Amino acid sequence: MRQARGPFDEVPDQSFRRFVPAITVAIGSALTLWPMVASFPVLPPFGLLMLLGWRLTKPESLRIWAPLPLGFFDDLLSGQPLGNAMLFWTLCLFMIDLIDQRIVYRDFWQDWLIAAGAIAFCLLLGRLVASPIGAHVDTGLMLQIAVSILLFPLVVRLCTLLGDDEEEM
Amino acid sequence: MAPPRNRRPGFSRRAQYSLFAGYVVAVAGSLVGAVLLALSTLDPVAFAALRASVAEVSTPLSSGLAGVGRGIGAIPGGIGSYFAVHDQNAALRKQLAAQHALFLRARSLSYENRRLLALLQVRERISEPVVTARLVSSSASSTRRVAVLNAGSWQGVASGQPVRGPEGLIGRVLEAGPNSARVLLLSDPESVVPVRRTRDGVPALATGRGDGLIDVKSVASATTDFAPGDVFVTSGTGGIYPPDVPVVRVLRRGRDAAIARAFTQADTVDYALVQRAFMPPAPPIPVPAPQPKATATPRPPKKKP
Repeated sequence: MRQARGPFDEVPDQSFRRFVPAITVAIGSALTLWPMVASFPVLPPFGLLMLLGWRLTKPESLRIWAPLPLGFFDDLLSGQPLGNAMLFWTLCLFMIDLIDQRIVYRDFWQDWLIAAGAIAFCLLLGRLVASPIGAHVDTGLMLQIAVSILLFPLVVRLCTLLGDDEEEM
Repeated sequence: MAPPRNRRPGFSRRAQYSLFAGYVVAVAGSLVGAVLLALSTLDPVAFAALRASVAEVSTPLSSGLAGVGRGIGAIPGGIGSYFAVHDQNAALRKQLAAQHALFLRARSLSYENRRLLALLQVRERISEPVVTARLVSSSASSTRRVAVLNAGSWQGVASGQPVRGPEGLIGRVLEAGPNSARVLLLSDPESVVPVRRTRDGVPALATGRGDGLIDVKSVASATTDFAPGDVFVTSGTGGIYPPDVPVVRVLRRGRDAAIARAFTQADTVDYALVQRAFMPPAPPIPVPAPQPKATATPRPPKKKP
């Protein structure tokens, strides 16, 4: 059991905790390293899901430029053309910033809707960029989008757990 | 919960400037991302070195995970075969006796075949293997179908070499790093393999669809009917793939185009064999070295014709 911190105790070192969101996003991107040769897009984009989860649960946890290095890392692993995630993830965060101005008080359903839009945006544009128009990948892509959207609450749960852990310290 | 107003961090100039700088960096970075995206769409192998350096680190990781998975997957089979060993032994003895006659006949046929081939002076161009390695991971979250091979240019793998499995063709090497390589699978939407039908040699192209299946399109001038069960092997046209490697089997009837399934479903369990390109491209014409500057070395005396 962890000792509760008294009001006059020193604040514990939090330098590592600052990087927890970025590290979890990078781990999400690295899940494509799982030893499996897929024949259609089966794996949800966990890096993007983690990014959206952190941005929507704890807006101050990631800087506005954070998707640039994280997306670069994701592009190197995912097999998409380089620059794909860098551009689309940053655009997603810009859009969420704009929505923050309009809808200040949001509930979870609205967050989920925003995340659904962002996931569909990134995956659809990624498909247009990566594969020729005539490729028969759209059924698989729709399934992937649906699964990713349904996984978002779990990801939010994970981010909240990690974030609460951070605040307790 | 009201979100923190991170647009206005307070009266601190430093905080305001750093926030503004963050937005400037983000906009500039996304523009850089757009440029990179355009570059890598125009020239897909442009950033191969970057991807290869990451794959150097990630390939051993995937390879180790795959080894653990294979070990666990082998346990139930091991237990089952331990209990079934007596029955299996009897059945195998019986089978061996039954096949002895067939074996003798095959041996005589093989001998005869060798003699006839020697008579015909058939010279077969056998493409030599480069290395045998495993596929360790793939682009599972992308619409492209690219796998990572656990061997690279240190083992002799170079881009453009064909990769085949025990049953048939897997794809070809796209980019090779020092110790890992990226393989374009047959089912990738940008993979095209020249094939011919085993039955009558009708030429066709096997193009990936992106959903795990493959389109076979006829390139013969007459209309071609594809029947289910038609087997296509590589034709050797184009010089990358060696001829007579099994590629696809047609699933549904079609006229001039049909849907087919690859013989080898790429998997992390099986080995992949990298071969040399069937006919490697001719070496580039040597460019004459530029003449050294006159100031550096004295000019050789000119001879008049």
